[in-house]
Amino acid sequence: MSFWDRFVEWATTAETWTAPGDGLLALLAEHLRLAGVALLLSALIALPPAVWLAHRRRGRVVATVVANAGRAIPSLGILVLVAVLAIEQGFSTRFWPLIVALVVLGVPPIFTNAYTAITAVDPMVLEAARAQGRTERQVLREVELPLGLPLLIDGLRLAAVQIVATTALGAVVGPTGGLGRPIVRGFASLRGGGDVELVGASILVALLSLLVDRGTTLLTRVVVPPGVRRLQAG
Amino acid sequence: MLAQLVRWSWIGDNLDDIGVATVEHLQLTVLSVLLGLVVAVPLAVLVRRRRWLEGPVSGIAGVLYTVPSLAAFALLVPVLGLTSLWTPVLPLATYSLLILLRNTLTGLDSVPEQLREAADAMGYRPLRRFLEVEVPLALPAVVAGVRVATVTNVGLVTVTALLGRGGLGAFILDGIRRSIPFPTSIIVGTVGAILLAIALDLALLWLQRAIAPWQRRAAA
Repeated sequence: MSFWDRFVEWATTAETWTAPGDGLLALLAEHLRLAGVALLLSALIALPPAVWLAHRRRGRVVATVVANAGRAIPSLGILVLVAVLAIEQGFSTRFWPLIVALVVLGVPPIFTNAYTAITAVDPMVLEAARAQGRTERQVLREVELPLGLPLLIDGLRLAAVQIVATTALGAVVGPTGGLGRPIVRGFASLRGGGDVELVGASILVALLSLLVDRGTTLLTRVVVPPGVRRLQAG
Repeated sequence: MLAQLVRWSWIGDNLDDIGVATVEHLQLTVLSVLLGLVVAVPLAVLVRRRRWLEGPVSGIAGVLYTVPSLAAFALLVPVLGLTSLWTPVLPLATYSLLILLRNTLTGLDSVPEQLREAADAMGYRPLRRFLEVEVPLALPAVVAGVRVATVTNVGLVTVTALLGRGGLGAFILDGIRRSIPFPTSIIVGTVGAILLAIALDLALLWLQRAIAPWQRRAAA
């Protein structure tokens, strides 16, 4: 039977999608749960210090270091390392060690973009806002944040895409990682017919990443004030 | 705690293997970024001539950038085979395409129109104007893109360990696939990749300064 025949048979079997625990739908749910929690935690950790430091125009060195570290840390390495350390410390859960690694990778793009977004606001605009009698809190909330929002959301988008991709790698360390499980299993059993689920799950992960990418871009349309959008467009 | 995690004697005993893996890692990284550059630069030149292409070309590069490398490797396995060098290199190259394309365009766009006109007035033919005026002025932005692409790809090459290639990633996988996990091996792979990324970044930073001495003078 050719690859495509086997692939079609696999994809059209109900079991492939609905098997409890190991069906593609259950794995998709696990994938979304892991990535969602990691993204939320990353944002909660990265945004407050980034916004505060940027508002005070401090910590340029910190921002540069975080940005570079985010790129240089190999995702596979940090993932496996955190998992092994967790196992050595006696943690049995497959959830939190993966979350920790994902947060390490999710924080840098969110931090860097939020920081850049706010420091890039025109100093003249800030001067005008202060001259009108706005307090520092108002300057941040009414001027810097709205103007920086598009770039800030772009950081969330980068982090989300990165996290969705790396969640799949989680399957390397054990029974976790959502849709990454059939991929890693497939690599190990290419000759035993594993190539079918390898390709199938990869297509789903790729689609999921593109959806997340599009979704956050659409978020910009909803969240960013129309005036700021017009500014950017013009 | 660190003393237990890192067995220095093991590192000493395996220096040869670490060296071989580092060279392999370097080869995969350089090959993929070079391939990305070979595609990105002509594409940027084309986009500058036919501006309407910018949307579609950036869009495609963006999609290729968004597809996770693991999925891209996996999708190529049935087509190219597990052992083909292209299976890891092609996704890595397409991954670097977006940033290289964007920076090359920024670089070429930053060349002042008056300089092009001056070159024309001095009788430069288009090719000579491109090579002697536009390329040197665009180069710092291009190298900046190469730096980001290189550092990112050093990290991604570790994932090719799943294809049995590895470079330093093989140490990471080996560390967890043993019956008793071996942190030293994982740390060697991870820290090795970070150090390689930093070394390449510094080398390219040096190159960036060497090819555009006027930038440093302007900054000083």
